[in-house]
Amino acid sequence: MKNNTIFTIMKKELARFFGDSRMVMTTILLPGVLIFVLYTLMGSAMKEQFMSETFEPKCYFINLPVEWKAPLTKQGFRIHEEKAEDGQIRRSKQKVQDQKFELLVIFPENFLEDTKNYKLTSGAKAPQVQIYYNSASTDSVNAYDAMTAYLDTYEASLANQFDINGDTNGAYDLATEEDTTAKVFSSMVPFLLLIFLYSGCIAVAPESIAGEKERGTVAALLITPAKRSHIALGKIAALSIIAVLSGASSALGTLLSVPKLMAGEESGIDQAVYTIGDYGLLAMVILSTALILVTLISLISAFARSIKEAQTYVTPLMILVMLVGVTAMFGDGAKTSLGYYCIPLYNSVQSMVGIFSFQATRIQILITILVNIVATGIGSVILAKMFDSEYIMFHK
Amino acid sequence: MKKPLLQVQGLQKTFKLSAKQQKIEKTKSKECVAVNDLSFDAYEGEIFGLLGPNGAGKTTTLRMLATLIRPDAGDAVVSGFHIMTEPEEVRKRIGFLTSELKLEEFFTPNYLFDFFSDMHQVPVEIRNQRKKFLFEIFGIDKFAEVKVANLSTGMKQKASLAISLVHDPDIIIFDEPTNGLDVLTAKVVTDFLLQLKKQGKTVLVSTHIFSLIEKVCDRVGVIIKGRMVACDTLEAICDGIPLEDRFFLLYSQALGATETL
Repeated sequence: MKNNTIFTIMKKELARFFGDSRMVMTTILLPGVLIFVLYTLMGSAMKEQFMSETFEPKCYFINLPVEWKAPLTKQGFRIHEEKAEDGQIRRSKQKVQDQKFELLVIFPENFLEDTKNYKLTSGAKAPQVQIYYNSASTDSVNAYDAMTAYLDTYEASLANQFDINGDTNGAYDLATEEDTTAKVFSSMVPFLLLIFLYSGCIAVAPESIAGEKERGTVAALLITPAKRSHIALGKIAALSIIAVLSGASSALGTLLSVPKLMAGEESGIDQAVYTIGDYGLLAMVILSTALILVTLISLISAFARSIKEAQTYVTPLMILVMLVGVTAMFGDGAKTSLGYYCIPLYNSVQSMVGIFSFQATRIQILITILVNIVATGIGSVILAKMFDSEYIMFHK
Repeated sequence: MKKPLLQVQGLQKTFKLSAKQQKIEKTKSKECVAVNDLSFDAYEGEIFGLLGPNGAGKTTTLRMLATLIRPDAGDAVVSGFHIMTEPEEVRKRIGFLTSELKLEEFFTPNYLFDFFSDMHQVPVEIRNQRKKFLFEIFGIDKFAEVKVANLSTGMKQKASLAISLVHDPDIIIFDEPTNGLDVLTAKVVTDFLLQLKKQGKTVLVSTHIFSLIEKVCDRVGVIIKGRMVACDTLEAICDGIPLEDRFFLLYSQALGATETL
């Protein structure tokens, strides 16, 4: 019975949020969907740029060795053979310039023969291939790169002394799928999760605390016999639930789309390497992080006189959160010293890095969660004191 | 002799003045005394009126009694509990209605009635009975499921009134209860004040409307510039002349007194 008012406040806060379908849409559904769509699109766009399926550059060739016609066609080159006449060369160059054609490649006569017989020690000029291209056209540049690569391969084969990783069937990268995934996830995801949680908090906490002050509805709460600490705890609990839901939506969008962003299976990234246990630990860390973020933003919001003011005051906190999040990207994996796990926010990032790189120990996670809960407790005591302060609540 | 349910002793409240405000008021004092050594009693089953012009300190006094702000000096005993040391017990026993207490616009009167009943830990059966009774009196049943944002001023005031009474308080404090209401709604409110009195409740009303005082109040305290300049039964205060005339007399006396100070 005694804690009834905490639940009453929680229920009201949740009813306020979930009763507003627009708020649910913009805070919970949209972030996840948007992130998923955005990352998936980015992934496929990047993939397309690297290996365009419709790579069929139209190219003029002069004196093209007959033996090369078939392999080049197979690579996608659409070959237009021309005679070695000045007028023809000029017209072809014009076409490349106008981006109607991608390349003009001029081989010397008897190219294959000459290259085979050419000796570097002879001091004579080596046979020269001229490739005219247009750097203003992506297709032309790609065709130029492909043609140069083809020629380089040929040149290398002329003096083949040794190969590096020449066996096409050999798997030389000894990193397991787990390692690759761990590396990518532990550097990116903690940062993203922290930012998502933060934006979930910022969407609801100023509205619920500074907003109630601004609209004058907080006085109606303060006139009830409910303990100030119950009001503070009820609000923090409800806002944390919402922040976690919002963060979870964004996180789900990210986890599902990161492999797509990294261009799929070839990169060896698969979130299935993590077990239910890993995700369970992660959920607990996230929940405790949400508590502490909500508490911090609530304290700032309680101090602010309006929602607008609250949103201005939280900017330094946002920068701090970003900086702490970025530490996950640098540094070599999770810290092992337990002291680091006593610093709120930093401990969350370290724990997440630990979980994603399979280095986290139970004691680290436990300390993180405990520290965050204790910090939330201290924060809610301060918030309750602020609710009790007429200067903070009623000063305009 | 009725027993006093509310005893106010030497209540004092000062506010800090900003530098700009000091210039406007042409004063070097950094503080403004809003309520100055205010004392009065209100008895069970009576309506006590605080009469004063704007800025006299009426609302500040009521806010101190409702434990929203703390007095700098003095104390008040509400139903046997001190506002300074037992604010939670005091809040259990008072109903407070003022224009600065707003209802959350997103919710309906019905939801808010239930919410505040829960905050006061009112059992569900009693809550439903009370809701039925109060919603009928004020005609809230017709708009019980309309969001507060979409209600008219009068409807909002009625809903606020009903919600301030969810816990059936012994002492009811109304700050300008008929402000901004049309004559019909104002009559519903004044009739209800009399009904509360009949139930044996103590009602404390602040207003600057003479007719409201004359119609409902048993005793009156006149506040001018934070000081109680007269406090007695309505008849004793009027002493044969209309309340309005008496008020202006008291007002010029009080101003004369402060000017000579």
